[in-house]
Amino acid sequence: MDPESKSAVLRIVLAEDSVLLREGLVALLTRYGHEVVAAVGDAPALDAAVERTDPDLVVTDVRMPPTHTDDGLRVAVTLRSRRPNLPVLVLSQYVEQTYAAELLDTADGAGVGYLLKDRVGDVDDFADAVARVAGGGTVVDQEVIRQLLRRRSDPLDRLTSREAEVLALMAEGRSNAAIARALVVTEAAVTKHIGNILAKLDLPLDADDHRRVLAVVTYLRRSGSD
Amino acid sequence: MTGIEPTLTLPGPPATSPNLPVSGRGERPRTAWQALIRPPGRFLFSSWPWRALVYVVSGSVLGFVIAMALFVIAVTGAVLSVFLVGLVVLAMIPLTGLIVAPIERWRLRLVDDVPVVDPHVPPTRPGPWAWFTQRYREVATWREFGATLLLAVLGIADMLGLMIAGSFVGILLGAPLIVWLDPDSGSGLQMGPGWSVDTVVEAWSLVPIGLLLLVVFAYLITAWAAGRAQLTRLLLAGREVEPGERVVALTRSRARLVDAFQAERRRIERDLHDGAQQRLVALTVELGLARLDLPPDSDAGRRVTSAHEQAKLALGELRELIRGVHPQLLTDRGLAPAVADVAGRASVPVSVEIALPRRLPREVEAAAYFVVTEALTNVDRHSQATEATVRGRIDDGRLIVEVIDDGVGGADAGRGTGLVGLADRVSVVDGVLTLVSPIGGPTLLRVEIPC
Repeated sequence: MDPESKSAVLRIVLAEDSVLLREGLVALLTRYGHEVVAAVGDAPALDAAVERTDPDLVVTDVRMPPTHTDDGLRVAVTLRSRRPNLPVLVLSQYVEQTYAAELLDTADGAGVGYLLKDRVGDVDDFADAVARVAGGGTVVDQEVIRQLLRRRSDPLDRLTSREAEVLALMAEGRSNAAIARALVVTEAAVTKHIGNILAKLDLPLDADDHRRVLAVVTYLRRSGSD
Repeated sequence: MTGIEPTLTLPGPPATSPNLPVSGRGERPRTAWQALIRPPGRFLFSSWPWRALVYVVSGSVLGFVIAMALFVIAVTGAVLSVFLVGLVVLAMIPLTGLIVAPIERWRLRLVDDVPVVDPHVPPTRPGPWAWFTQRYREVATWREFGATLLLAVLGIADMLGLMIAGSFVGILLGAPLIVWLDPDSGSGLQMGPGWSVDTVVEAWSLVPIGLLLLVVFAYLITAWAAGRAQLTRLLLAGREVEPGERVVALTRSRARLVDAFQAERRRIERDLHDGAQQRLVALTVELGLARLDLPPDSDAGRRVTSAHEQAKLALGELRELIRGVHPQLLTDRGLAPAVADVAGRASVPVSVEIALPRRLPREVEAAAYFVVTEALTNVDRHSQATEATVRGRIDDGRLIVEVIDDGVGGADAGRGTGLVGLADRVSVVDGVLTLVSPIGGPTLLRVEIPC
């Protein structure tokens, strides 16, 4: 568990249509000291619950009633357009760049997470992602990044494989220290890699931590819209 | 330019025509005609004359019933035709053949062993209206109605013929009995002008004539029944169905089969997603939480850790499996995102350029998606390509999808690369698949599907 993610108590609205998993997620979030103020099973109920409780964070599945397609995601996107400051963490059954891109398009991708549903089993990492997203960070599943990196694209082609790894970890919202630990390199090396990445992707180097994920967000938008 | 044109070759229609080889002696005849040309003894003492008799009698009774029924329906419909319901009743008249035809097919077996198959195609859509329109459009319905009308008309002729023949034979054979029962009526049996039979002895001389007539009638009625049967068969079975119609029907049934198959896959996907997958995710959550409470270096801790890892692996495998069964993304978002998704998982870089103005019909999307996934699999496996491109657009009402790779080329439909399966899959939606793959590459796989 990352020591840097000691988080405050969050009031969370949870949307998940499987009763079994809903209970599991409630237990998990409660365990990490958060309060689940509403746990619902379909898209309209999610919308209503957010209006009613005004939570700190929304955690929602993509596929749920009424249509069993991407209802959860649609609600998440409309919620974000109504309340740009509402952090939303979307859990998806499959890696879908289009979904991720739509979500990150809302309010510059601040306070947005798009994770593969399987990740909730890694309870520490998941709790971490919850805290990051609630704190205005951006979390994108490593699998999405991996796919993006595999696809042919001009700016990303210019990245070395090491830089691509660093970008993937950045996209997960990790700090320099955490990236250094994951890749077993020094923090100084990580800082250097990040500088190179931002330069290659034509992004201004900025003190603001959030600019780092713009690297990913920008790219996601570009590839998600084709 | 080598093109694979999906073609459909069919075996010829099965021979169900009645002109079977004439059976020789010793073989069982299969129709009344064949029975007629056997030696007289073999014919007269077989069941055939009786079968013919039953056929004609039952036909005349049935014909009479049908004539009455048609009359009642027509009158009812005409009377009620000021209301809508009357028109509905009248519209039902041509469909009477649907009720009569099965009976007729069954009765035909009395004098003709060769079965007639039910020519009707089941309606493609559910609901009474679909059934109604389909039946009205079918030639078979009108043929059967014709057979019904014929039966009603000829049934009366049958009855007259039977009565005349029956009374002739009956009087001649029964003459001695008639005279004996009525000895003192004086007039005896009036056989005609100026010829009456008065004594029993005289009456006995009529019996051979009656027997002779009986034999003649046995032949006559069998021939009559055989003729009727042949006419009925002609109306009910018609000529053999045109090969063209068969191809259309087969293509339709294949398309239905593919649709059913797709629907089944969607159902399986949904079941797996809503059931096993959610359960497994919940399980990994439980195990993850349990790990927090157990010292990692204890036995229990190690076991739970191992179980947790296993469950996560299983979840990953299940996710891949579910995607293979049915790409939910295709259903949700259509062809372009689904193809982008597949391209993202290919082992070589794939650029996707698909611009579609709208969602396409489900079966078209499915066929195109199937082609792309299969083509990219081939690129990964056989081509040694370093990159590939998938292009898609709508041109003049046709969806055109191209998969291009810079590999070694020489792709061959006969080499078990799944290309034949692709061509089949595309042909179901009336598409055409073209493959250009010279030795040394590049390879272009192109699909055109009307949409």
